[in-house]
Amino acid sequence: MSRLNDISVLRWLMRNPIWGFVLLIFVFFSLSADNFFDYRNFQNILVQTSTIGIIALGMTLVMINGNIDLSVGATLALAAAFAVDVQSWAAFATWGNWQILPAVCIALLVGILMGAINGFIVWKTGVDAFIVTLGAMLGIRGLVFVYTGESSFFATNFAYSDFSALSLGPLPVLAVIFLLCVMVVHWLLSRTVHGRNTYAVGGNREAAVNAGIRVGPHMILNFMIIGFLAALSGVLLSTQMGAATPNLGRDYELWVITAVVLGGTKLTGGKGDIIGTFGGVLAIGIMRNGMNLMQVPAFYVLVIIGAILIAVLFLDKRFNTSNDGGLRL
Amino acid sequence: MTRLKAGGPAIAKQGILVAFIVFMIVFSLMSDRFLSADNMMSVFRQSAIIGVMALGVTIVVIGGNLDLSVGSMLSFATVLVVDLHDKIGPELAIPVMVLATLCLGAVNGFLIGVLRLNSLIVTLGMLSVIQGLVLIYSGGQNVDIADQRGTWFAIFGRGAVFGIATPIIIFGALALLFHVIMSMTAFGRRVYAVGGNPTASVFSGIPRSQVVFTTYLISALCVAIAAIILGSRVMGSQNTVGQGYELQVLAAVILGGTSLLGGAGSILKTVLGVLMLAFIQNGLILMGQPYYTQWLVTWVVIIVAVWLDVAAKRGRLFSPIA
Repeated sequence: MSRLNDISVLRWLMRNPIWGFVLLIFVFFSLSADNFFDYRNFQNILVQTSTIGIIALGMTLVMINGNIDLSVGATLALAAAFAVDVQSWAAFATWGNWQILPAVCIALLVGILMGAINGFIVWKTGVDAFIVTLGAMLGIRGLVFVYTGESSFFATNFAYSDFSALSLGPLPVLAVIFLLCVMVVHWLLSRTVHGRNTYAVGGNREAAVNAGIRVGPHMILNFMIIGFLAALSGVLLSTQMGAATPNLGRDYELWVITAVVLGGTKLTGGKGDIIGTFGGVLAIGIMRNGMNLMQVPAFYVLVIIGAILIAVLFLDKRFNTSNDGGLRL
Repeated sequence: MTRLKAGGPAIAKQGILVAFIVFMIVFSLMSDRFLSADNMMSVFRQSAIIGVMALGVTIVVIGGNLDLSVGSMLSFATVLVVDLHDKIGPELAIPVMVLATLCLGAVNGFLIGVLRLNSLIVTLGMLSVIQGLVLIYSGGQNVDIADQRGTWFAIFGRGAVFGIATPIIIFGALALLFHVIMSMTAFGRRVYAVGGNPTASVFSGIPRSQVVFTTYLISALCVAIAAIILGSRVMGSQNTVGQGYELQVLAAVILGGTSLLGGAGSILKTVLGVLMLAFIQNGLILMGQPYYTQWLVTWVVIIVAVWLDVAAKRGRLFSPIA
């Protein structure tokens, strides 16, 4: 009997209950939804979740650091608008397909810049990140409307909208990018000094300061990373549609936070990891996809995901209080 | 209450009031129509719905919690009251809708007050759940009232008493009522105590669960009243009419100087915050700016207002964080 193994698997699932849930709904939908257990459908799920998933990686960093970012949906829209618009600038008219390159670079830089602005304000003014990014959510959406003049942009270069249909080996290129991001951010958080300090600052800021960690630069860096990831997500989303609309990404911040919290990251900071967030993202993706295949109206998905979010919070409170001396959620 | 470093000029503590006056002066210089009675009245009337919701959210936030579910709760209540209006008549539709909305508030209150779950996540989950319920209830269809001219239901959104539009009267009366409750009654003091220091409040014998529960009931009641105004004004409702309201309401509450940490804030300043956002919107449009300019201005105003507030409390402008 491999009792030890059973226990360690059980313990791993206790620490990452979301993966138990992912397994459960995976089996459930495989048995009850036609067409769910299909390689093409798995590809679909990865592509569908990549938009929210990529941002959720950044949100994990920011939340472990003890902050939050509500402006990601607006940043996504701004980056998408730049990515689609810059391609058609006269300066790049003769560049052929290379005109996509400066467009994407500018879009990603804009995302990083928005993140840097948020991070800098949080650092220097000491205003709560919730308030700063709530303001930025409105303000950056305003920038989107100023930039686009309330109209949608359409990609004139078809290489751009064909990009999302490409495959890299057995996987669609969007899924590959998403998985790559998961691995890089996981490495960043678990193997680098910046990752360790992110936990330290979020867990106990006072202690981190006393240990000589510079809190501000780490916060700015994390906001820049989430800005970059939100912009990347916006670029990928606009390649899927071949267009950028000013209302793109509305309410995404709420879905992203839901995914991250499902994955076990604590709003108060210091706790969480990318493996959990990846599970949370997959849980939402599988639920949406599976219920869609079972022809459940999208309304029920809203109710069920909301209820699960609250249930997870409740169970977490019941079971996790003993081993870490009082949950601070 | 004395703070360790209660430095800073007194005027910095009234940041919102100063900003409000500055904006009013600038806008009235830039546009002749801005200060006209007609324009004032229309701004007051437009801000009534967000305003009424903001009163309830202020009380929740003073109690140390958040309520992100008010937006979809507004969709729920408006769809319900409009839909029931033609089915069972307004005199029954209103109490049924108010009761149903209070039930949602009670769920929030139970999960957050009694079970002590994190309010941001619970109300985020409820935002999604309630939006789903609205869509299930209406089957995705928008609802409207058939006989829009003949119903007395119109009085709440379209009527006027002594020349003043009813929404303004409702907003004003509720603001006064909640101001009195929060500043002169034992319940008000308890909300401040629970938000300011939950542990101390429990040791002083304050029934914390009950107080938090009640704040969510009040918030739901405010949403129900806002829904009556909205439903009566529009005489119909989309399924997602309240989408995004939660954050606009929160912006107004924050602008009014209510601390998200709980324990500090005032109803009257929230009214100021609501009016300020409405006047920014109105003033910029009168100046010929596109409507989305208000979001850029709001971005700057919110951060600067809260920054000045925080700076006055710590006695220095920039945060000492390394």
